[in-house]
Amino acid sequence: MGSEIRDAFADEPALVSYVAAGDPDAESTKEYVRALVRGGTDVVELGLPFSEPIAEGPTIQQAIRRALDAGMTPDRYFDLVAELRDEVDVPLVCMTYYNLIYQYEGSEAQSASNASGETASEGPEPFVEAAAEAGISGIIVPDLPVDESDPLKEACEAHGLDLIFIVAPTTTDERLGRMLDRASGFVYVQGRLGTTGARSDVSDDTHGSLDRLAETDLPKAVGFGISERDHAREIVAGGADGIIVGSAFVDIVAEQEETADLLEAKARELKRGALDGATEVPEPESK
Amino acid sequence: MSSESKFGEYGGQYVPEALMPAIEELTDAYERYVLDNEEGFMDEFRERLRDFGGRPTPLQRADRLSERYDREVYLKREDLLHGGAHKLNNALGQVLLAKYMGKERIVAETGAGQHGTATAMACAYLDVDCEIYMGRTDINRQRPNVFRMRLHDAAVNPVDIGSGTLKEAINETMRDWATNVEDTHYVIGSIVGPHPFPRMVRDFQSVISEEAREQIREKAGRLPDSVVACAGGGSNTMGTFHEFVGDESVDLVAVEAGGSALTIDEENGLAPHSASLSTGEDGVLHGARTKLLQNPDGQILESHSVSAGLDYSGVGPELAYLADEGRVTPVNVGDDAALEAFHRLSKTEGIIPALESSHALAYLEEAALGDTRDELGDLVVVNVSGRGDKDLDTVIEESDKRDLDAAPSMEVFEHGE
Ligand SMILES: Cc1ncc(COP(=O)(O)O)c(C=O)c1O
Repeated sequence: MGSEIRDAFADEPALVSYVAAGDPDAESTKEYVRALVRGGTDVVELGLPFSEPIAEGPTIQQAIRRALDAGMTPDRYFDLVAELRDEVDVPLVCMTYYNLIYQYEGSEAQSASNASGETASEGPEPFVEAAAEAGISGIIVPDLPVDESDPLKEACEAHGLDLIFIVAPTTTDERLGRMLDRASGFVYVQGRLGTTGARSDVSDDTHGSLDRLAETDLPKAVGFGISERDHAREIVAGGADGIIVGSAFVDIVAEQEETADLLEAKARELKRGALDGATEVPEPESK
Repeated sequence: MSSESKFGEYGGQYVPEALMPAIEELTDAYERYVLDNEEGFMDEFRERLRDFGGRPTPLQRADRLSERYDREVYLKREDLLHGGAHKLNNALGQVLLAKYMGKERIVAETGAGQHGTATAMACAYLDVDCEIYMGRTDINRQRPNVFRMRLHDAAVNPVDIGSGTLKEAINETMRDWATNVEDTHYVIGSIVGPHPFPRMVRDFQSVISEEAREQIREKAGRLPDSVVACAGGGSNTMGTFHEFVGDESVDLVAVEAGGSALTIDEENGLAPHSASLSTGEDGVLHGARTKLLQNPDGQILESHSVSAGLDYSGVGPELAYLADEGRVTPVNVGDDAALEAFHRLSKTEGIIPALESSHALAYLEEAALGDTRDELGDLVVVNVSGRGDKDLDTVIEESDKRDLDAAPSMEVFEHGE
């Protein structure tokens, strides 16, 4: 059961990089993604902006605001993805909130909408179909816990997309089991409680979560708070197969100075940290 | 015996994974303490509502309104509840529940400030730490309530993003909760949010209809023909309706804020009203599937109402369900009509109603004197969800703007020697 995303973790620890699509505009996003890939990014998480991003900290929240103000919509997002797909060869993951997925009716189909909310015309299928067509390989939805995820999971399976679940430090073993039954691509390990945002240390929660996932055969990538080479190294040395970085990149985008060069350099720094961490992994003592 | 997380297709639990264990813990506590009265929780809640809150609140015949509308009009006086609004029923219930659950810290969001005030009050009374998130716009239009929260020693955190109203305050409180779930309970202020909040808040507010149903039978000898309440998120609404839902002969009318117009400004992502129940579309916001003000892409629109407490882009999932089922009739009235109703009740009955409640009263005027005059029937109960002291600044300003005849003139007292 190989997926393109899973393959991106196969040889060495992966760098998963997030930017908000359309921040500050679609052309810039393409340039930034190319820069991140030059710097060693293995998977790009492209945020589709939603007006109420409750899982994000201030940095990404503001990025989303900028992208919305600049006119980003789901259809423009899919256009952007399709264009990027021709330029970079790393998998693209869509990170967004459930209402956008749920509402999407396809670009020309809006007239077919009906207001009663009773029919099957609403649901995740049209969104997933459009995402697959544009070239998205997987979806992450931070406000869709496993218990509400069946319709989206079905649509993802039908169109060959991975559905990626977030495991929090507070996730119980029982919930973890349910998630792992449905997860594909990689497991998103939320490194600490709270929202996204760059921090200056690695939380103990990270190590606890990685221990709990030790037996899982899906790749494990840690996100929330990673911003420096040393964090990356420590997390990979702790058993992660990859790191997810968002706010540290979005901070650079917000500055709007030499953005592409700085993004490339930051990606390179973080990727190096991850590679350092991999060489530090203690050899298993058994046998 | 687990409580259902949905009302038909509405409701559910759409929240970040980090919050799920807290929500499961809360669901468990709700089922045990609220539904099963474990450790006598509900008995203690009722007793505290009586002694601290001042329940039962009266059901008062409104003599002049009855005359004006040529029918029997009764007012359920939640404005007389301690703190001046129905919000205390829920805040006291949840803060007490948090104590039973061993939580040490309370966070809450507030729009009008009534829920924040009620929560701060309940926290002071029950000795729990309290932090309130409030949009900057709302802070500016509800200053007396901000000061009241501070009097009860709550921290008030301004929220600057977006339009600085309730929606943004809810997002911010969710973020705090997600960071501090282990020792913190989030007291949601209406019948919105993920399960079990919509049911739990309704249960705490149902005391309104329990009393009203008894009281109207005692005073009028029968059930009312209709029950009218304003709807923001819908907590006073469902609280006032709940015990009547099974009474088929009773019409349940939810009055939303029609704002300045029922249109939508797509360009600016803005709805100049808050009528999500009557005009919204099915979607997912703040943990639940419900009716929302949103654009065709699913981006949430900023709402508007002259009344801060109704200014919200969503509505409780149970109301969405009951409206679809035809059991609840959603209607709306505009800012102007609400302001007139505010002055009318103040003048004719000696009661200054909250601007939120003024919407319910304005509908009475429209329905009783307009084309739909017979829809309300001969015996009507209207919930006065809160008192209007908090709204005086807004009412002065908005009445001036409109040159409202109904508004008292203060001119002769200005710049006097
Ligand atoms: C007096 C009063 N009535 C009504 C509301 C609206 O809330 P709900 O619809 O949940 O009753 C508020 C909200 O703050 C309020 O203060």
